[in-house]
Amino acid sequence: MIEFRNVSYRVEGIQVLTSLDLHVARGETLVLLGRSGSGKTTTLKLVNRLLSPSSGEILVHGVPQDQIDIIKLRRGIGYVIQETGLFPHFKVERNIGLVPKIEGWPDDRIRTRVQELLQLVGLPKELASRYPHQLSGGQRQRVGVARALAADPAILLMDEPFGALDPLTRDELQREFLLLQQRLQKTVVFVTHDLREALRLGSRIALMEAGKLVTLLTPHEFLKSSDPWAAAYVRAFGDGLESAANRGTS
Amino acid sequence: MNVVRFMFQNRTQVIELTLEHLWLVGWSTFLASIIGIPLGILISHRTRLNRPVLASANIIQTIPSLALFGFLLPVPWLGERVDRLAILALTLYALLPIIRNTYDGIRGVDAAVVEAGRGMGLTESQLLFKVELPLALSVILSGVRIAAVICVGLATIAAAIGAGGLGEFIFRGLAMVDNRVILAGAIPAAVLALLADFGIGWIEKRLRPR
Repeated sequence: MIEFRNVSYRVEGIQVLTSLDLHVARGETLVLLGRSGSGKTTTLKLVNRLLSPSSGEILVHGVPQDQIDIIKLRRGIGYVIQETGLFPHFKVERNIGLVPKIEGWPDDRIRTRVQELLQLVGLPKELASRYPHQLSGGQRQRVGVARALAADPAILLMDEPFGALDPLTRDELQREFLLLQQRLQKTVVFVTHDLREALRLGSRIALMEAGKLVTLLTPHEFLKSSDPWAAAYVRAFGDGLESAANRGTS
Repeated sequence: MNVVRFMFQNRTQVIELTLEHLWLVGWSTFLASIIGIPLGILISHRTRLNRPVLASANIIQTIPSLALFGFLLPVPWLGERVDRLAILALTLYALLPIIRNTYDGIRGVDAAVVEAGRGMGLTESQLLFKVELPLALSVILSGVRIAAVICVGLATIAAAIGAGGLGEFIFRGLAMVDNRVILAGAIPAAVLALLADFGIGWIEKRLRPR
């Protein structure tokens, strides 16, 4: 679905990513785990070409990405970021319906789609006519997810989407994400620095450090891994991780 | 009050000069907007250009207005119609706040919002017209407001080269050493400045994004 072939990224003489090889399979949730500056967000932005690789090649749907029209590529990829980046001057419905709108959908179809999505992410439909600043953090994040899903993209990129939420809301949204993912089977690339979140949401975890892929493991393998970086992560997060890896719907 | 009586007695001339004044200010603010806003947009995206453009606008701002009016007088096409010349000079003065605010307004749009839009597949022009400009609009308008207020004040100097406007009363009053005549020009000018300030400020407030 998404494939990185020997991808490096340099900016202003700084090596951000070094020969990354990575394959994301259809329908899986691949978590990019790492600390700040490890290159995980860069990796994500290379997928929708907000950044272009300095060398190497990225394939999306089996096609080298630079052969796809960049706007078309991005419209086929949902993008959710921390603090959501919702348009503050648009009401919720316009935020969610923007990509369908510029794709030329008729208005009534957009309206139905917006209602559908609000329901999908568990928001009452009255919220459609609110502005983002009138919503709570959790609601905004849900709108962000709905917006990314609007044109039904096969791929979702999520950059620490739940990072700024309080623990209870985060837990709630993680659980809903799992349920949603069971239904929709999107190909998801999910960036986080939170191991617990990675274990809970990921079907595989790509651990990154200093611009390199350290190891790529399933959550259960990750907990038992003898890799020094993975082990260091597990130590840092302490006890109780098994329940998260069991896709804790607790 | 002497001034009020004087203005009432000369009301046709007060109105006429006020209209001339508005004509000068209106045109120059309009022209400065249609030049300055695109320039401001340009330099906010091509950051290499922002220093030279802002520096030029700054330098223009430092030229004393009377000198600029006099300096432009011998220019062939302009010198024939002094109101054109006055509008040109005022436009130059009005540019800086408009360029500056457009630049600041667009640069001030939350980078996350712009990136989200770009990531969703908005083209650069959709980003500009649907995201950046609407979000920068109130800052841009406040630049236009400052420009208009500056123009109302500076346009009084235009009377020195015979371009009309309320400055005529002021210069005449100075020559006659008659405060009533000076005030007959100064008071309407001050009122115009306040009206421009409130008027555009009101639009600005209504358009402010939440």
